Amino acid sequence: MIPTPDLSHLTSTDYEHVYEPAEDTFLLLDALEEHAGELKEMAPLTCLEVGPGSGCVSSSVGQILGSSTLQTVYLCTDVNPHACKCTRKTGTQNRTSLDVAKAFIDIILFNPPYVPTLTEELVDAQELRGIEGSWAGGSDGMEITNKFLELVGDLLSPRGRMYLVALKENNIPEIQTRMVNRFNLQSTIVLSRRAGREHLSIICFHR
Amino acid sequence: MVRLITHNLLACHAKGCTSNNFPLAFSNVQIEIREAEFNPEFLKNFIPKVEWNALVDTARQLGDTSLPLEQPEMLDEEFLKSLHHVLLEIHVEEGVMTCPNCKHEYPISNGIPNMLLAEHEIG
Repeated sequence: MIPTPDLSHLTSTDYEHVYEPAEDTFLLLDALEEHAGELKEMAPLTCLEVGPGSGCVSSSVGQILGSSTLQTVYLCTDVNPHACKCTRKTGTQNRTSLDVAKAFIDIILFNPPYVPTLTEELVDAQELRGIEGSWAGGSDGMEITNKFLELVGDLLSPRGRMYLVALKENNIPEIQTRMVNRFNLQSTIVLSRRAGREHLSIICFHR
Repeated sequence: MVRLITHNLLACHAKGCTSNNFPLAFSNVQIEIREAEFNPEFLKNFIPKVEWNALVDTARQLGDTSLPLEQPEMLDEEFLKSLHHVLLEIHVEEGVMTCPNCKHEYPISNGIPNMLLAEHEIG
């Protein structure tokens, strides 16, 4: 068992502005833990997380890979300035240096805004740069994810892998087929779980 | 945190800015030096990922001249310690990064670079 990262430095005020780890986060943590052995063996040099929010997921990878000796550079990027600050603090708290930031990346983590909403709602949420941006996903909940998937082929190193959180409504088989056809990226479903109304899966893409 | 290991991965991404857009030039910087654990194996593995000329130029801009202009063949301890310091211990906490091509400015505040573009600058 990998312990959940220590988030005791974050308060309810932080969670008014930043997505608080929930079932989707925990499913991603569980999937990463299931791959702990493979990830250690891979000894990745770089790990990129898009939209880290609280910083919980990258810190967890830091714990899996062992943060006592530096061996991986963690890059985290978030449109929400509160999330950048929280991520930085969470890294410090968990002894993982999370650098908030054109490279080949070994591990990419993306828990995107996957909830289907109106496109207008997504545009407003992104402009507010607040907590709304952590869920509003536009048409099929895929508008942000699709933009990022176009870039993954260029970002992922030859031995790299990407972990993506997706909802059943996002049409996972279509995503998988598209990524093979467009970028020759294979994928597997690591874990699936029902959380309330959401049926969540973690997809792992690789070359 | 903007360490040079991160800076070495950042290029300008403004609309239409696709060549000569790296490395971003620092100005008005406030620097903090924070000690980090020395791991020679990590450095040896990371060297192939480094854009060497950009790293050396940037370190010199920030006043550190410990790295040779040409990447040495022999990775001795003295070299690896200099590289360790440049990549991992120099933190730019405040300042600006400017694109050498389109001159777009990316501000750094509290150690966090703001890489966001305005709507009309997104390609």
